[in-house]
Amino acid sequence: MYTLKFHEDMCAACETHDCLVKCQHMNIDLDTAKIQMENIIKNRDSFVLHDCVTCYACEEYCPNGNHPFYLIVTRQEEHKLFPLPDPIITRGIQVGIPFRGDPDITEMSGPVLNMGVFSSLTRRVKSRLFEGLPIMSEDPRKMFHYFCQLMYLHYGKTSVINDRLEKTIQTIAAHKATEIIHFHDECYGTYTSYASAFGIDVPFKSIHLFEYLYNRLLELKDEIKPLNYTVAYQRPCSSRLSSDKHAYVSKIFDLIGVTEGKRKYVDENAMCCGSTIFSQKKEGSRKYCDNIQKLNIDDMKNANAQICVFNCPACMETIGKAVGKAGIMPLFMSDLCRLAIGEKIK
Amino acid sequence: MSSILNKLIAVVGEDYASNRQEELFTYSKDLGTAPPQWPEYVVAPKTDKEIQKIVLLANEEKVPIVPLGGGMTLAGLALPLKGGIIIDLKRLDKIIEVNPESRYMVVEAGISNGKVTAHLHNHYPRLMHSEPGAPPAATIGGNLAIHGQGDLAHPYGFNSDMVNGMEVILPTGEMIQLGSCAVGSGWYSMQPLPDLKFFSGWNGTTGIITKVSLKLFPNKKFRDNDLFVVENEELVPEILYELTHLGMTEDLISSSAAIPPLMNKLHHISINIAGDYEEEIEFKRHMVFDVALSKFIRSGTGGIGNLAGEWPRPQVSKSSDWKKGGGFEYVGAIIPVSLYPECYRQGARISEQHDIPYTILGRVIGCSHAMMFSWSYAFNRADEETVKHARQALHETDDLVMNLNGTIWKPAVYGQRLMMDRMNKNTLELMGKIKTLLDPNGIMNPGNWEVNR
Repeated sequence: MYTLKFHEDMCAACETHDCLVKCQHMNIDLDTAKIQMENIIKNRDSFVLHDCVTCYACEEYCPNGNHPFYLIVTRQEEHKLFPLPDPIITRGIQVGIPFRGDPDITEMSGPVLNMGVFSSLTRRVKSRLFEGLPIMSEDPRKMFHYFCQLMYLHYGKTSVINDRLEKTIQTIAAHKATEIIHFHDECYGTYTSYASAFGIDVPFKSIHLFEYLYNRLLELKDEIKPLNYTVAYQRPCSSRLSSDKHAYVSKIFDLIGVTEGKRKYVDENAMCCGSTIFSQKKEGSRKYCDNIQKLNIDDMKNANAQICVFNCPACMETIGKAVGKAGIMPLFMSDLCRLAIGEKIK
Repeated sequence: MSSILNKLIAVVGEDYASNRQEELFTYSKDLGTAPPQWPEYVVAPKTDKEIQKIVLLANEEKVPIVPLGGGMTLAGLALPLKGGIIIDLKRLDKIIEVNPESRYMVVEAGISNGKVTAHLHNHYPRLMHSEPGAPPAATIGGNLAIHGQGDLAHPYGFNSDMVNGMEVILPTGEMIQLGSCAVGSGWYSMQPLPDLKFFSGWNGTTGIITKVSLKLFPNKKFRDNDLFVVENEELVPEILYELTHLGMTEDLISSSAAIPPLMNKLHHISINIAGDYEEEIEFKRHMVFDVALSKFIRSGTGGIGNLAGEWPRPQVSKSSDWKKGGGFEYVGAIIPVSLYPECYRQGARISEQHDIPYTILGRVIGCSHAMMFSWSYAFNRADEETVKHARQALHETDDLVMNLNGTIWKPAVYGQRLMMDRMNKNTLELMGKIKTLLDPNGIMNPGNWEVNR
C-alpha cells in the first residue's frame, strides 16, 4: 500500500502556513492555521477536514512543496469525512471501471499523445499542432484503462487512486513510449506530482500539454497570425499540481497574440470551476458553487474577455455553457492555438 | 392474384396493398422476442373511408385484421397471430387542426410522435405534447391503444388521459366520435358525455383509432434534466413522494442498470425542471435540491449527480447492446411507487439467473399515484439461446408482477392470460360482452385479449 511522504517537521517549522491562510474557501488566520495543520498532522479532527472543498490550491500555496492537499484528503478518508454523499462517491468510483474489453496495446516510439479518458476529444487533436504524434487512448470504449484516477482526490479517496494507479501506469508503459504528452493536465499532475508524493514508480517521462504546444508553436512560428483577442484563462484545479508549467499559459498567449484581461481570479488566485462543489454534503454547497461560478464569470466579463480558454474538459463541461451565455466564447487552449496557425475549428 | 388482394388494391391502389413475401416478411416480426407471425396481406390506407372499406371487406371475407402503428411495442401486439390483413396506419399522418388558445391539436392517428413534436417546435414553440418513452416513430394512435405514457406523466398522467376526443372505426365499419366532437362542438374536451372509452388498452381489438385530439401543454423556454442519486433503493419512493408533493417537476424517472458500471446498484432519479426564465429554473432547483432533498444530501444518503448538464434521459434501448446482437424486450407494469424497491431487487435477481445485465426503470405517473416500472432483458438476435433466456425472463417477470399485485402494462399474450386468470370474473365477462358486441365476427387482432378463449 502506498503512503504519502509528508514532512511533518517542515510543516511545523513553516512560518506562513500559506496552505490554509491563502485558502479562498475558508477564512483562516495564521494562528488558526498552525493549530489546524497540527491537528491534521497528528491525525486529530479539524474543521478543515469538514470544510475543505477540495480545490487543490493549497498544494500550490505550500512554499515547501510539502503536499498539504494530499494530506488533507488522506485524513478525510481516515476520518471518514468524505466531502461528497455516499452514492456520489460510489458512482464516481464505478465510473472508472473499464467494461468494454482490454485495450489494444501497440508499441509506439517517440513522443506520444495520451488522451486519458477524453477519447471523445480526439477530433480536436487532428491538427498540424499534433502532426506525427501517435495517439494513445483514442477508443472511447477502452479509455478507462488510461484513467489517471486523480479525480478521487475530490472524493477524499486516495485509497482508490493508490489501488488502481499502478495498473494504469502499466497499461501506458506497455505501449513502450518514453515521452508522453498528456492532453489533460490532471494526468500530468498524477504522474509527476501525486505518484512521486506517494512513492509510485512511473517508468515514462511526462510532458505537459502547454509545454508541448508552446514548443510546437515555436516550430510553426512563421505561420502564426496574431489573434488579437482579449482572453481569460480558466485555470483547472489539477494545474495546482504543476504550477511550474503555469508560466506556459502567458508564453503561449504572447506567442499567438492574445492579451489576458486584467482579472481578480487569476494565477494563484484563480477560481475553480466548482465541478464537484455543487454536490458536496455541506449545507449550502450548491448555492455556494453557483456563487463562485458567478463571481468567476463576472470577473471574466469585467476583464472584457472575448474568449475563455480552457485546459480541462471537466471545467469546460461545468461552466462552458454559462461562459457562452455570458457572451464569452469557450475554447480549449489547443483550439485557440489552432486558430492562430490558421486552422478552422468546427 | 387473390380476390382479396384485388379488392384491397381497388380500395387503396396497387402501390399500397401487397401479398408479396418480401413485404410480408417486414410485417411478420417486431423488435422483441416473439417468433415471426406472417400476415397474408398488408395494406396501407390513406383515409378513414378506405379503412372503413377494408374493415367491411374483412367482415365479408371473415379475415382477421391487425391495425399497426409504429410497431414499437416489442411485445408482439401488432403481429398477426392468426394471419390475415395488417392495416399499416402510418399514411394517416395529417395534422388537421391546432388550437393554441385551447391547447389542443387534432391529428390523424397514424402520425408519428416525432412529426407532432417537429410541427409544434417549428410552428408553436410554446406548446408541447407528451412524447411517450418510445422512439419518435411511435404513432399517436398506437400509443393510445396501449395506454402509453411519457413526458409530463408526473403532472398529467397517462397519454390516454391527455386526449380531448377520438374518432374510431368500429370492427363492423361504422365510424364513431368520442368527446365534444361527437356533438359537433369542436375537439376541446372528452367530458361530460357518457364514457365510451373502449379503445385504450385494448391493443386494437375493439376498433381502429383514426383521429385524436391531443391535449397540448406549456412548453417552457428552458428545460433542465437534473440527476439525483441514491444507493439505497428503499429511499426512492420517499424521494419521489417529496418531489411530487413539491409539484415543480415535469418528469420523474428512477433507473438503475448493471451496465454502464457507474449505474450499477445505484438509483439515478432523473428530474426534469422547466421554466421560461432562468430565475424560474433557479427557484425550482432551489426548492428541489436545497429544500425537498436537502435532508438526503446532508445525511450523505443522496446526492446531486448532475445539474443542467448533458446527462441524457434514461434510454433503456441502449441495453440491447449488452448482449451484442441488438435485441431487447421489456416487461412494463403499472405499480404503486412503494413497490419500486422490491421490483428492483427481484428484477436484478431474475436478470442474474439468466445471465443478463439488469436494467430497470420506473416513471412516476401522476402525483406518485402510480409508476410504470420496466424490466429490460437484452438478447442477441443471432443467438437463439440468449433469446430463449430473455423470453423466459420476461415470463418470470410477468409472474412476478402478478405476485407483487402489480398490473402488467401492454402485456404480451402470456401476460394477458395471467391477468385474465386473476381478473374479477364479472369484469372479464363484461370485457367479453363488449368484444362480442363490437366485433361479432371476431376479426379484430385475434389472439390478443382472448376473453372468450
